[in-house]
Amino acid sequence: MMLYATFSKPDKLSVFWRRVATECVNIGISSLMIVMIISLFIGISVTTQVGELLSAPWIPDYTLGYTLRQMSILEFSPTIISLILAGKVGSNIAGEIGTMRVTEQIDALDIMGVNSQNYLILPKIIASMFTLPLLVIYSMVACIYGGYFICELTGLRSTEVYVDGIREYFYDEAFTVYWALLKPVIFGFIIASISAYYGYFTKGGALDVGKSGTKSVVTSSLLILAFDVIISSMMF
Amino acid sequence: MIELKNISKTFAGTQILHDINFTFETGKVNLIIGQSGSGKSVLTKCIVGLHEPDKGGSVLYDDRDFTAMKRRKRKAIRKEIGMLFQHSALFDSLTVEENVGFPLVMFTKMSEEEIADRVNFCLKRVELENKNNLFPSEISGGMQKRVAIARAIAMKPKYLFCDEPNSGLDPKTSIVIDNLIKDITYEYGMTTVVITHDMNSVIEIGDNIMFIFEGKKWWEGDNKSIIRTDNEEINNFVYASEFMKTLKDKLGG
Ligand SMILES: Nc1ncnc2c1ncn2[C@@H]1O[C@H](COP(=O)(O)OP(=O)(O)OP(=O)(O)O)[C@@H](O)[C@H]1O
Ligand SMILES: [Mg+2]
Repeated sequence: MMLYATFSKPDKLSVFWRRVATECVNIGISSLMIVMIISLFIGISVTTQVGELLSAPWIPDYTLGYTLRQMSILEFSPTIISLILAGKVGSNIAGEIGTMRVTEQIDALDIMGVNSQNYLILPKIIASMFTLPLLVIYSMVACIYGGYFICELTGLRSTEVYVDGIREYFYDEAFTVYWALLKPVIFGFIIASISAYYGYFTKGGALDVGKSGTKSVVTSSLLILAFDVIISSMMF
Repeated sequence: MIELKNISKTFAGTQILHDINFTFETGKVNLIIGQSGSGKSVLTKCIVGLHEPDKGGSVLYDDRDFTAMKRRKRKAIRKEIGMLFQHSALFDSLTVEENVGFPLVMFTKMSEEEIADRVNFCLKRVELENKNNLFPSEISGGMQKRVAIARAIAMKPKYLFCDEPNSGLDPKTSIVIDNLIKDITYEYGMTTVVITHDMNSVIEIGDNIMFIFEGKKWWEGDNKSIIRTDNEEINNFVYASEFMKTLKDKLGG
């Protein structure tokens, strides 16, 4: 029932696309900074630690770059970043829609004859499905650059060897990137729809808005992890 | 004219409203009054379709049976309804101007200039100018109410609902808002329904009053007859404060 109303044709398309664009900017720009910082530092610390571990003479030097790339593409950027965004974006969406519910703004939309689910929820779902993969690409780049940066700074490996490692087997394994970008599309859907759902059906007052936020973060995180396992097992 | 026929409402086994029949008249300020928790808001939500009344009840907007309608047909009537919510319910993310213009943008093919004209006209009507680009959080509660009224009348509605228009306002601002509602009603010949438990409003603007007690329609009449009625529950409600009681005694009943 909720899905039907949410995915019906928007009341006015021009207004609808403007809202999608605004939501993209909201979700994308406001999260870009935190995504970049986290990814950069993860890249740095993982490279440092793994670099020490992989220093045995029989391990080829390029393994470090290779490991970092696989870690970032396979798991860190698509999944961990999505989990972080589930916290940030999810609580934001649940809070915004929940507040609109308890302050009767959603009733006001309904009275006017606006399909409130469609008007409020669909742009957020589309925007987050579109924006999350972009953020994940930024995260991959930042993470790998973090490794490069620390190699250059400390001479853990020469940067040439590191970059070689990043490029190793890339053509054979390019499909991992497609999967890595498919995941955030699905996770984006999960985050936006779950938190919008909890927000939309908030009952009561300000306190309940907070509870909806918490519930949506917990539920969407768990669902992300579950889908991560499913997708990863389909991948190989 | 809005007619209520046999409106009952039950939530999970508890009956809140009991078989209410009433007619809200065109060109008049119709009031729904009653104590907190008597079911005023639930009744209003049944009338505008935010709740469905129990089977057997119906709401007629100028002889059109709203309750029996499908979603699509209801939408046509919804466009004739303006509503002022208890806490204004302005959209936080939009400016004053965008709030008032919102229904116009969504439902009309008006050009940007036409919309701007209409918005300015409505804001002028509620005596709120030069606030166009502020956000709801940046204006006072009384101003928010005015913006909400402007938004409610933007589409030239035939029916106007106001849920406690003066809750949270000082007495003077309350009177200003009440008069605004009254004037607009007469000016545009709307069917206005105001929910209130403010006795000042009852006396000032009550053309046609329904008193609800424990979910039942207990009494109906106008602001002249309500002062004189000897109905006990009404008197308990109207003369709840010592001040009003002394006033009544001074006036000799
Ligand atoms: N969605 C709901 N589910 C169950 N019970 C409800 C619901 N909405 C309202 N009620 C109950 O209906 C009764 C009447 O509530 P209502 O909000 O209509 O009162 P009111 O007359 O508007 O009071 P107030 O003047 O305080 O706004 C209350 O006992 C309330 O608990
Ligand atoms: Mg109420």
